[in-house]
Amino acid sequence: MKNYVIIGNGTAAIGTIEGIRSVDKDSKITLISEENHHVYGRPLISYYLEGKTDLTRMKYRPDDFYDKNFCETVFGEKVVSIDANAKTVTLKSGKALPYDALCVATGSRPFVPPMEGLDKVEKKFGFMTLDDALSLEKALTKDSRVLIVGAGLIGLKCAEGIKDRVKSITVCDLADRVLSSILDNDCAAIVQKHLEANGISFLLKDTAASFTENEAYMKSGKTVTFDILILAVGVRANTELVKDIGGSVNRGIIVNEKLETSIPGIYAAGDCTEGYDSSIGAGRVLAILPNAYMQGHAAGINMAGGSKEHANAIPMNSIGFFGLHMMTAGAYEGEMTEEISENGIKRFFVKDNVLKGFIIIGETDRVGILTSLIRDKVPLDDVDLNVAKTAASNMIFSQEARRKKFGGVV
Amino acid sequence: MKRVYVNEEWCLGCHLCEYNCAFANSGLKDMSFALKDKKIYPRIHVEGADKITFAVSCRHCEDPICIKSCIAGAISKQNGVVKIDRSKCVGCLTCVLVCPYGALMPGEDGIMQKCELCLENSCGTPACVTGCPNKAIVYEERGAEE
Repeated sequence: MKNYVIIGNGTAAIGTIEGIRSVDKDSKITLISEENHHVYGRPLISYYLEGKTDLTRMKYRPDDFYDKNFCETVFGEKVVSIDANAKTVTLKSGKALPYDALCVATGSRPFVPPMEGLDKVEKKFGFMTLDDALSLEKALTKDSRVLIVGAGLIGLKCAEGIKDRVKSITVCDLADRVLSSILDNDCAAIVQKHLEANGISFLLKDTAASFTENEAYMKSGKTVTFDILILAVGVRANTELVKDIGGSVNRGIIVNEKLETSIPGIYAAGDCTEGYDSSIGAGRVLAILPNAYMQGHAAGINMAGGSKEHANAIPMNSIGFFGLHMMTAGAYEGEMTEEISENGIKRFFVKDNVLKGFIIIGETDRVGILTSLIRDKVPLDDVDLNVAKTAASNMIFSQEARRKKFGGVV
Repeated sequence: MKRVYVNEEWCLGCHLCEYNCAFANSGLKDMSFALKDKKIYPRIHVEGADKITFAVSCRHCEDPICIKSCIAGAISKQNGVVKIDRSKCVGCLTCVLVCPYGALMPGEDGIMQKCELCLENSCGTPACVTGCPNKAIVYEERGAEE
């Protein structure tokens, strides 16, 4: 019998539990989490504020999940250190828990750059956790003027979620475009226009230089008056527990394809890690939910003595705002071909005879067929990408390829 | 486990599978009342044009990437069948982004729905199969189990 310990209670942690249990049905699993909540779909907090889900439905696994998996939970507790020699983790309360295999799934936290006067702002919020969403919700009124610092995925999803509950929303970002991590200039312009048509105002290439309680003095010289400030500038991986004991850490905890850290017996998964991005062929923090689950699941299998590699990880996002949906994946390098229609835009990036990446706004049916071309690095000799200009379809494949794809158990 | 397979050489492109699917999952007893003059949202879709057509529905994969990718934890596998809890889905379409078969499409409300093999609806067995006039869609056992 082994002793498994998991630090964190997000998607990667759940993947780890399910990975362990696919190999080892009996050994003890202990999960320690600072958050005092049953596991919830973290990206659902904006949908919660929008009224598209509620506290019950947003649970990522059923109420009996931990019991059914013989997983003991320690909620509201912080792990302060790991002793890799003694193989123990020490809690803030002083208690030490032994482990045979440990998974660090500590996620990330908001990055807040130093901004003068920020301490004078009373109603300021991050937007990462359910507790963030619940405290923001308490502050929202029909008359609230909201300033969101950060036009990335988190800031804009927050804007959509609270739009109908407040008076106005202004979003600022140092970048010259919205969603700069997933969209290029032209595509970002399309999305920005759509967001503006839905009542969101933008101040791009601009950020708050200083604050008073209700005013932001922008770098551009403008002044924004607000009632509620939301900080969504960026995130930082929670790497300290591994870094403190000499583990390899860059922007995230370095893991190999088996999700092992540089320290024997210690695995890591999810947003706290820096794994291998196969679309760019280099290490990168891929802070997306599917990656967190798949890393956790593979880590769990390996912790339990099985063998699983998490390869072919690529950045990919599916996200919509006010009815406009977009999907992106891979790297935007190589030769670009595009198709513009009244319903949106598609941009494909091809290099070395494989699809490297795409940006698709509007017509998103069956896009997973294209994502799999990137993930599996499918040579394009027998793939007709021109077909996908109209719509992603299995017609891009030859009849023979389709027969193989659909003919058997997969 | 039995799954739905399509023989594209035999597919006539008649789209009857789509109508039978939409009706079987409508919860209604009268087909014309369920479908007439309505845009349908079936869980199987005929792709292609002209001489090449074929129907695509969920493969009920052994290791489904949609389950691992769902941000709401709404998709699960029960007795080999990949199912979605529509009350939990928020319509983010991440499952559409990852399904290599292009087998998932949202319903009329923008919330995802998927082929669950008709095992729990009025048909009880895949309606696309029973209604296919050329037996291009079959429901059978192929290959090894997990």
